[in-house]
Amino acid sequence: MSGRPDQRILVVIPAWNEAGAIAGTIAEVRASQPDLDILVVDDGSGDGTGAVARSAGAQVVRLPFNLGVGGAMRTGYRYAMQEGYDVVVQIDADGQHDPSYLPQLLAGLEDSDVVIGARFAGEGSYAARGPRRWAMRMLAAVLSRLAGTRLTDVTSGFRVANRRAVRVFADHYPAEYLGDTVESLVIALRVGCTVSQQPVHMRPRTIGTASQSPLRAATYLVRAVVALALALVRRWPAATETLGQEK
Amino acid sequence: MSPVLTLGVVGAVATLLVLFEMLRRQRLREKYAVIWVVVAVGTVLLVIFPGLLTRASTLLGVQVPSNLLFFAASMLLLLLSIQFSYEIGRLEDRTRTLAEEVALLNLRLEQLTADDPSGPVEATEDDLGGDPGGGTGDGLRRD
Ligand SMILES: Nc1nc2c(ncn2[C@@H]2O[C@H](COP(=O)(O)OP(=O)(O)O)[C@@H](O)[C@H]2O)c(=O)[nH]1
Ligand SMILES: [Mg+2]
Repeated sequence: MSGRPDQRILVVIPAWNEAGAIAGTIAEVRASQPDLDILVVDDGSGDGTGAVARSAGAQVVRLPFNLGVGGAMRTGYRYAMQEGYDVVVQIDADGQHDPSYLPQLLAGLEDSDVVIGARFAGEGSYAARGPRRWAMRMLAAVLSRLAGTRLTDVTSGFRVANRRAVRVFADHYPAEYLGDTVESLVIALRVGCTVSQQPVHMRPRTIGTASQSPLRAATYLVRAVVALALALVRRWPAATETLGQEK
Repeated sequence: MSPVLTLGVVGAVATLLVLFEMLRRQRLREKYAVIWVVVAVGTVLLVIFPGLLTRASTLLGVQVPSNLLFFAASMLLLLLSIQFSYEIGRLEDRTRTLAEEVALLNLRLEQLTADDPSGPVEATEDDLGGDPGGGTGDGLRRD
């Protein structure tokens, strides 16, 4: 099943220089479920991503300069709040996430506020090795504990959120390292939202490359530890980030 | 005056002049000028009355007076750097919020003028200044 029929669903696609992949992704999302609205957040791309997305039939919001996935997503969540959407779907522009899993993710919203499309939960064969794997394990273990349920892939950029979570994310969606994935989950959990996961298959990249080298993997581990520790102890909500709460 | 003293006075006076000129041209806000004026005036005082430093050192039990000076100076610079990091962070948060709001307003405007025959006020890539080189990069991209 695919979410209740009275729900208005917004798919937010953060995109940075994805002119080559964005049209395909939009078409696929449309095909998976016809009655959704698509918002592409063009994050200061220099390759005409926004124009391509617009001619593919999506709404496009164009950030004046690159803010990163966190900034792009908070823009999307704000739009969703303004326009009164009930559910926000986040999906990568590069086509690595398979929108045919959307119905399962949306069904997961029946009993939690955020549902993550997780890569290691049985489906597919995405593998990470070395320090990167340890980092992902560590993040998953800590967040599972916080969430009170098993989470295997907390850095996944494929997720759905209901209105309750969207309201939180519209105000607080960190732009910091791992903020758009790990810290945003910590924030959601700390305000009492529930998080669960659904297994998804993740495709290999078709266009462009993802970064992988031992040094980068080790750096990733260190930064992940720091980011997680900060997310856990951070006084929240961060006053500086809150809209209209400046002194 | 010994060469060191002369240097101190010249440096402090030059600093004061630069500060004054920047304030006059409205290139510097008072709140940032205050601390540097205090530092410059303090330097002049120390040069004119070296006894101040020696007495402070004896009082605090520091053997070599110049060590106290170095310590105080580096602490001051450290604190100011932290203060500036804080200010920059706050500015970044605000620009980020503004950028998001501007983008949303632009979209709203596009939607409102879409069916207006007088023509949409479309923002072009030029207006918005694309970012072909590679974004804010560090720290913002998810791996
Ligand atoms: N808005 C925005 N999106 C980005 C940025 N960097 C990457 N993305 C998007 O985030 C998604 C995932 O990026 P990718 O590099 O494939 O990360 P990976 O799949 O986790 O290795 C894609 O849709 C990218 O277009 C950025 O700086 N800003
Ligand atoms: Mg990807």
